[in-house]
Amino acid sequence: MNPRNYSVYLDKDRCNGCTHCLRVCPTEAIRVRHGHASILAGKCIDCGMCIRTCPYHAKKARTDALARMEDFKYRIALPGPEFFGQFANLESIEVVLEGILELGFDDVFEITRGADILAARQREILQSNPRRPLISAACPSVVRLIQKSFPELLPNIIPVQPPEEVAARLAREQFAVRHQVRPEDIGVFLFTPCPSRRTHVVTHPGMERSHIDGAISIMEVYAAMSSRKHPAATRAKSCATLYGMGWGAIGGESTAMGLNDYLAVDGIQDVIHVLEEIENNNLTDLQFFEGMACKGGCVGGSLVFENPFVAKNRLRKMMEGMPRVRLDGEAARVILGEGNDVLLDNPLEPLPEPKLDENLLVAMRKMEQIDQLAMKLPGLDCGSCGSPTCQCLAEDVIRGEATELDCIFRLKEYISQSARELLDVSCNPEEE
Amino acid sequence: MDEVVLRKSYDVEAGDFESAGDASAGIKATLKRLGVPTGIVRRVAIAAYESEINLIIHSMGGSLTLTVDGESVCLVSDDRGPGIASIEKALQAGWSTAPDSVRSLGFGAGMGLPNMKKNADEFQIDSTVNVGTHIVMRFHLS
Repeated sequence: MNPRNYSVYLDKDRCNGCTHCLRVCPTEAIRVRHGHASILAGKCIDCGMCIRTCPYHAKKARTDALARMEDFKYRIALPGPEFFGQFANLESIEVVLEGILELGFDDVFEITRGADILAARQREILQSNPRRPLISAACPSVVRLIQKSFPELLPNIIPVQPPEEVAARLAREQFAVRHQVRPEDIGVFLFTPCPSRRTHVVTHPGMERSHIDGAISIMEVYAAMSSRKHPAATRAKSCATLYGMGWGAIGGESTAMGLNDYLAVDGIQDVIHVLEEIENNNLTDLQFFEGMACKGGCVGGSLVFENPFVAKNRLRKMMEGMPRVRLDGEAARVILGEGNDVLLDNPLEPLPEPKLDENLLVAMRKMEQIDQLAMKLPGLDCGSCGSPTCQCLAEDVIRGEATELDCIFRLKEYISQSARELLDVSCNPEEE
Repeated sequence: MDEVVLRKSYDVEAGDFESAGDASAGIKATLKRLGVPTGIVRRVAIAAYESEINLIIHSMGGSLTLTVDGESVCLVSDDRGPGIASIEKALQAGWSTAPDSVRSLGFGAGMGLPNMKKNADEFQIDSTVNVGTHIVMRFHLS
């Protein structure tokens, strides 16, 4: 896979060729061949299910090291709501903000501020765009899934940047003005809960460029902070609102938008089921669909440390004391500044999977061969052959990427049959 | 070049809500794998889902058949009765014979046949009371 377009990768030395990842991958992007797993280019959506599942921690995510900040004269950190859910017994968010500054950052800008602006603008877009349901753009894995498997639903996605991008631009601009420094001397770093936000920084679909210079995993930042002393003084002041903070867990975005007609669905498989419904026109009266790849939302990201339920509970408790403030569209525009908006520069493009064949008739012939072969397979979807399902193995065989005898059941049949034939030959020597 | 036709048929049982959507999901997946243009796939999927639900709710059982050739995608819904008394009425948006028990499940809004007709390029329906209904929906590939 092109490392520039994907963040999930395999540590071959740790992979023992088991089939755990194979069976949880929602897009059938993994094959186990020659004793280890491989990820198919063009199918992976960076959801992180395999990272979470692998018992040997062989599936990893490419992220930037904390030390990458040394490349910049000035550094700004972008923590999202889920980051604050990592810490037990917090007296205030400011303690975490201070801890981040002590790591060597010059400023810290909460992503909730981007979320607050987005909620206001998305409410306006919902008024002006009659398409239903509109689909949240907040989870890059879900957006990528739609680009690959549900291209007809691309016009339903609210064409806005994710909250960290909105926050990043503001963070850089405000810092540059406040400290009279050149914007290019500032490194803006996302603390990412998942591989897909890192991928978004690199590929920035629909945006001319990303406003973020690097994505460091929350796990790495947490590790660096947990070994340090609890900071005493606090320099930074939190700007988090109750609604902005809510975006860290499933349903928070819809709540922040003040909606009551929405579906908030977490977990990539369930998101797929609902997208199927939307594609079948079964939800045309629904206002808004918020889908998040991870169970629980971003608190459940594959690169966070804390148990998602624990993190969510902490967020909820923190939110109790926060201002219940929603921006209106006008206020959001003032903060964004003249000539700036949260909208994408270009429409999101479909990312179709490779076809069986460019020629429909050839594809149909192949499909027939696939179906015929699939009928001979046991239908157990055991994964022992290295393909996630029997149907998938059949397709891999027809594509020339596997053989029928990769199926251990077919192999057993073949061996018994060969043995019988051999026995027949030796018992009835015809030629003598 | 000899004629290539792909055909897949799905039995749909009356009242089998548990399997509702399986046939249309299979049809949609097949067309996506074939690389049929996504706009057409979506229209077929909508029509297939409506057909499947109709078979479950209104018919005494039947089948849904997908046929693809070089020119078009064809969906055929065939059932074993009870037949439609007035096709003209059944094609009106909002007209429904669905009993309350079915409406309470959110089905039977009277949009089934109109939606099928709206999404297909060619739509043909024949029905005989006490015998069955035969619907042919064709979607042009070019």
